[in-house]
Amino acid sequence: MAPKKTHEQFVSPYVPSTAKVSKEAMMKEIGIKDDMELYRDIPDDLIYKEDLDIPAPYVDEFSIQQHMTSILKKNANATDYAYFLGAGCARHHTPAVCDEMTGRGEFLTAYFGATTDDRGKWQAIWEYQAQMAELLDTDFCGFPQYDGPWSLSHAILIATRITGKRKVLVPASASPMNMKIVDNYTDGVTERQAELVEVAYDKKTGLLDLKDLEKKLDNKTAAVVIENPNFFGMIETQGEQIGKMAKKAGAEFIVYADPISLGVLEAPANYGANMAAGDLHSLGGHLAAGGHQAGFLGLPDDKKYLSQFKDLAVSIAPTIEDGEYSFVWYNFEEGSYGAREEANEFTGSACNLWAIHSAVYLTIMGPKGMEEVGNTIMARAQYAAAELAKLPGVKVPFAGPFFKEFVVDFTGTGKTVAEINRALVDKKIIGGLDLSCDFPELGQSALWCVTECNTQAEIDMLVAALEAVLA
Amino acid sequence: MYKIGLIINPVAGIGGRAGLKGSDGVEIQQKALAAGFKSLAPERVGLALEALSEFRDEIEIITFPSEMGEDVARAAGFKTTVLGSIQSGKTTAEDTIRAAQDMMDAGVDLIVFAGGDGTARNICTAVDDKVPTIGLPCGVKMHSSVYAITPRRAGEVIKAFCDKEEKLLVDGEVMDLDEEAYRNEDVKAKLYGYLKVPEAGALMQKRKTGSGYSQDNQLKLLGMMFVDRMEEDVLYIIGPGSSTSHVMKDLGLQNSLLGVDLVANKKLVANDVNEAQIWQTMQKYPKTEIIATVIGGQGHLFGRGNQQLSPRIIREVGKGGIHILASKQKLADLYPNPFLVDTGDPELDASLCGYIRVPQSRTQDITFKIDR
Amino acid sequence: MGMNSETKLRKFHAARWDEQLVFEQSVPGERGIMVPQPEADLASLPGQKAAGAMKRKKAPNLPEINQMKVNRHYMRLSQEASCAVDLTLNISEGTCTMKYSPKIQEHMATNPMINEVHPMQHPDTMQGILEIYHKAGECLKAISGLDYFSFQPGGGSQAIYTAGSIMRAYQRANGHPEKDEVITTSFSHPVDSATPSANGFKVITLMPDAEGYPDLAALKEAVSERTAGLFITNPEDTGLFNQRIKEYVKVIRDVGGLCFYDQANANGMLGITRAKEAGFDMCHFNLHKSFSAPHGSYGPASGAVGCKEFLKPFMPVPQVGFDGDKYTLDYDCPQSIGMVRSFLGNTAVVMKAYMWIMQLGPAGLKAAAIGAVLNNNYMESLLKKTKGISIKYGEDKRRLEQIRYSWDVLMEETGIGTDEVNYRVQDFGIPDYWTAHPPYLIPEPMTLEPADSYNKEDIDEYVAVLREAAREAYEEPELYKKQPPFNAVTHRPQWPMVEKEADNACTWRLYQKNMEKRMVKK
Repeated sequence: MAPKKTHEQFVSPYVPSTAKVSKEAMMKEIGIKDDMELYRDIPDDLIYKEDLDIPAPYVDEFSIQQHMTSILKKNANATDYAYFLGAGCARHHTPAVCDEMTGRGEFLTAYFGATTDDRGKWQAIWEYQAQMAELLDTDFCGFPQYDGPWSLSHAILIATRITGKRKVLVPASASPMNMKIVDNYTDGVTERQAELVEVAYDKKTGLLDLKDLEKKLDNKTAAVVIENPNFFGMIETQGEQIGKMAKKAGAEFIVYADPISLGVLEAPANYGANMAAGDLHSLGGHLAAGGHQAGFLGLPDDKKYLSQFKDLAVSIAPTIEDGEYSFVWYNFEEGSYGAREEANEFTGSACNLWAIHSAVYLTIMGPKGMEEVGNTIMARAQYAAAELAKLPGVKVPFAGPFFKEFVVDFTGTGKTVAEINRALVDKKIIGGLDLSCDFPELGQSALWCVTECNTQAEIDMLVAALEAVLA
Repeated sequence: MYKIGLIINPVAGIGGRAGLKGSDGVEIQQKALAAGFKSLAPERVGLALEALSEFRDEIEIITFPSEMGEDVARAAGFKTTVLGSIQSGKTTAEDTIRAAQDMMDAGVDLIVFAGGDGTARNICTAVDDKVPTIGLPCGVKMHSSVYAITPRRAGEVIKAFCDKEEKLLVDGEVMDLDEEAYRNEDVKAKLYGYLKVPEAGALMQKRKTGSGYSQDNQLKLLGMMFVDRMEEDVLYIIGPGSSTSHVMKDLGLQNSLLGVDLVANKKLVANDVNEAQIWQTMQKYPKTEIIATVIGGQGHLFGRGNQQLSPRIIREVGKGGIHILASKQKLADLYPNPFLVDTGDPELDASLCGYIRVPQSRTQDITFKIDR
Repeated sequence: MGMNSETKLRKFHAARWDEQLVFEQSVPGERGIMVPQPEADLASLPGQKAAGAMKRKKAPNLPEINQMKVNRHYMRLSQEASCAVDLTLNISEGTCTMKYSPKIQEHMATNPMINEVHPMQHPDTMQGILEIYHKAGECLKAISGLDYFSFQPGGGSQAIYTAGSIMRAYQRANGHPEKDEVITTSFSHPVDSATPSANGFKVITLMPDAEGYPDLAALKEAVSERTAGLFITNPEDTGLFNQRIKEYVKVIRDVGGLCFYDQANANGMLGITRAKEAGFDMCHFNLHKSFSAPHGSYGPASGAVGCKEFLKPFMPVPQVGFDGDKYTLDYDCPQSIGMVRSFLGNTAVVMKAYMWIMQLGPAGLKAAAIGAVLNNNYMESLLKKTKGISIKYGEDKRRLEQIRYSWDVLMEETGIGTDEVNYRVQDFGIPDYWTAHPPYLIPEPMTLEPADSYNKEDIDEYVAVLREAAREAYEEPELYKKQPPFNAVTHRPQWPMVEKEADNACTWRLYQKNMEKRMVKK
């Protein structure tokens, strides 16, 4: 049975060989009469004879546009709704110049290229690396990874290889989503590549319970991981102390940080972190339904770490012309005895477009912009937390400074977070993340997020709405 | 100013062109010359020097008279210093040896030679591994691993070698093939010695790819890995070759590059042993394994040239006890040729044929074909 | 007018701006953007002071640049980028399947109805996203013949990694922890050996047989009760379809292994042949290759991973479903491997792939596949006649999506090889082409892939450039001595790659530490 030939009448602006004249000329050059002869070396029992069971197409551009808008209309989005949901993807303002650059076809439709002829692109990536290093106050930053948790996973495995140990202490309060990713990444076949052990958090402050840390830290520990701010939004003020404890036990100290906080919060390297990981999304990324996630990893200028970094980085290097420089790839080999061959991680197309976006963001914000946005975020979040805490039955359980996010306990209201959020949607508000499944010990609690995009008026509107919902 | 030694074997490649295997033997040379065949060597050297012509001002060529290098060097416009003397038209292996020695004494940075395995052996006799060398292919027999891929590439390698502050050198195997036997289609490969050769492969192939592959690093790693995997009370026969030397280096033991060494419990049992010594020693251990590599450019694993690894030894060890240490580069260069075994025992050879796993790292193996 | 229509050679010249580094353009006090400030009522709140000892003591050393300059700076850098599909005949990046990314798709992705949606808002409030995911999944099911797809992986490599995690979980769940080995082939993509290794498997790579196909005899010797599965690309980078793929699958099946089909090279096969009929348990597609989403300078990408029904329980969460009434997100999957990437994956990329499929339909998708193979074979036919080029293996076979050519004849005859040609083509506006992964099995390689977007005239131009480069090698070698390119923004680094700690200039501070003093002034 011959395969169907329905494709022969199809004309597409994207597939120019559907123009008969061209197709015939090419077939003549190749020396075939029927286009299916191209597949003559595929065994007949592997040739699919039917038409694909997929929907009939919207062939004209207007119709596909209509089709898509009719589907996308069914999404609530931040132009119509007030968003108080973060958890790794918070709403921050995207500078127009950032969108301009990531929309440039030169960057958007390029792929890898070479270092010799693609200079502009590599300079942009270098400027990402360099500005991130300044933000992190560290020496080295390379290409981004798929997302924050992937960078964190990589940092954890680096720590296991450097120390030769497998036990890794992670906060019990850590982002459940991040930990799922880390858990799979550090698993193995005959044995796990890292054993993850949870360290409890203090019920009053939401911060790491140092007594529990002390108990669990030993000479078999490869690394101590904290998030700062942590998943509950709390600023881990004990950071320096935790770093000292880790160091004493011979463990690496890894901090998962929120980059938009680093204009006002100290860089992890300055309170003892060996490695800093996190997600670039908060540097002005659109919510993008989670499509703008990108991970970073900051490392010290020490071959111990650099020889373990799995991805590429761009370096300035001299050219054969005096005084001229260009950008080449950095691939640490010196004395590494094939450290990369030893390590079994992998590399692939990750998120360079978001590296370019982040470079533009950091340049356009500058040091003052980063400080001001951090300050605004903190002030607004403090305002929201204080106002919400005034509502009957509502508590903000953790005492201490926080950045951007904070836990709100609704248990005293008699309503579930699910019910409350459902009602808020009707009022065009997207409420905080429901924590009741992953953190049942917190009762009916939710993680609320307030950024520079939530005005005082919007927060007041939220409070009024909640008042009505809780009544 | 770089001092580059240049030695041309004037009769290299004659046999090949005339359809005769190799150019050794005055008889073969006379036959070919009589038939009007000329040597390829001068032309090939010319190509290599052309690739260096931009850097003429930085290079001084130290060479031997007339057809042994002077003519070609001057024709290419290089500053040329001529050492020694020859009988033009009647040059021999002794001239090559003398040339290499004189150049070493003159303090050259590198010796470039145009010739086949025979010439390589001569240079090896003269300088051993004391001076970096690189060969330009122009003979038929190139079983040794000391040659650049093409004369032009050789020029590039020479330039890159001179430029680099750190000279990356590797051991290039110089092969000793029984020419007579080879002409009768009977391949007997044997390792003659080593020359120090620039790590050309890495220089060329790292150019534009994101992944930096270093053969040297991989070999060090494999050495460490093989040592880690050594079991107690097992006798390890470490075969000849520079690849396997990384095992001995990692253990910090004396190594015989051309011979077979014995190791047990990570200590040296004996260096450079013969067949009888190996067999006797094996009786003292419950189990024996072999760590071997392929030699030369043709993939010889066990050849009749390895008299130490006799059929009875290999049979006792068993196919499962044979471990190959070879880099990704070596395997790629060898492909599509298989590993060759020629123990002298056809039944044993047949039993070894098939595929074998060659470790590339702790988590990666490549399977490679073994044939006879 | 413009390009010479007979020779098809352009007098191309790239932009060159000599643009300084962003740090070198900083002017104290300049602002790039103004940021919202706390309202008057909030003035009494501590703001950043609350951070106490954790407050940043020294401001980050970021440049201070006015907005116009920021815009101009990055805009100039974009002009010095050279391999965009929007601008060039990027037939050069063979194996990457460079296609036109329709602008209607790009514009739709910037629409707030997708761009301002949170991935964890209640499913009821994002039925549009879930509908796209579900429908795209249904399409890939039809295209592959498999039963369920996840779009969570953020790229092809991550999708293959996910398949490895699923293989690991499956064998473990079925009481086979001893299955710790997987098998792949040399011409499959490097990630087919790297990602199973990242999952903790030992990997056995089979060298090809003498014809350049995966060696079946080698496979039979390599399998054992320890074999967990097979990772194989088909067609491999040679462009040859492995005709014995079903036999391959059977060998693995017989030892209880799973078979994963790396379909990164699927572009020429959509609608023609499927993973299901070849017997595979899992497969993946690169949505930013075969399905037209752009490559973004190396991401964001998307790897859809598909499986047969019996493996669905192991797929990542949340799993998208449809209950007849609404689209759902299911987190309650006890056997799931968990997650490989944040949230739902690269949503916009999934949407673009969906739009592509929905504009082509069954006939169009097949026409596109055929178009890609037609283009490739047409190009091959022209290049076969080009002096200096040879094609290894499969003398009489039809290649599918791409071909790895060899300039070995050119090298042998002129001493000029693939690296030099690669510089020269840039003078005509052609991007640097892909050679191969080292170590090279094919000498002087050049891997090209026209895919379906370029037309016959584009291919003719590309071939004309290659022929000109070869002709110059034979007839005007002095040109190569002068070291092209002459009109492209190309800088020849002194070293191909930085490898030493002492040369590391990946950041501004490392540049100042290691490089600045060594930069000879112009």
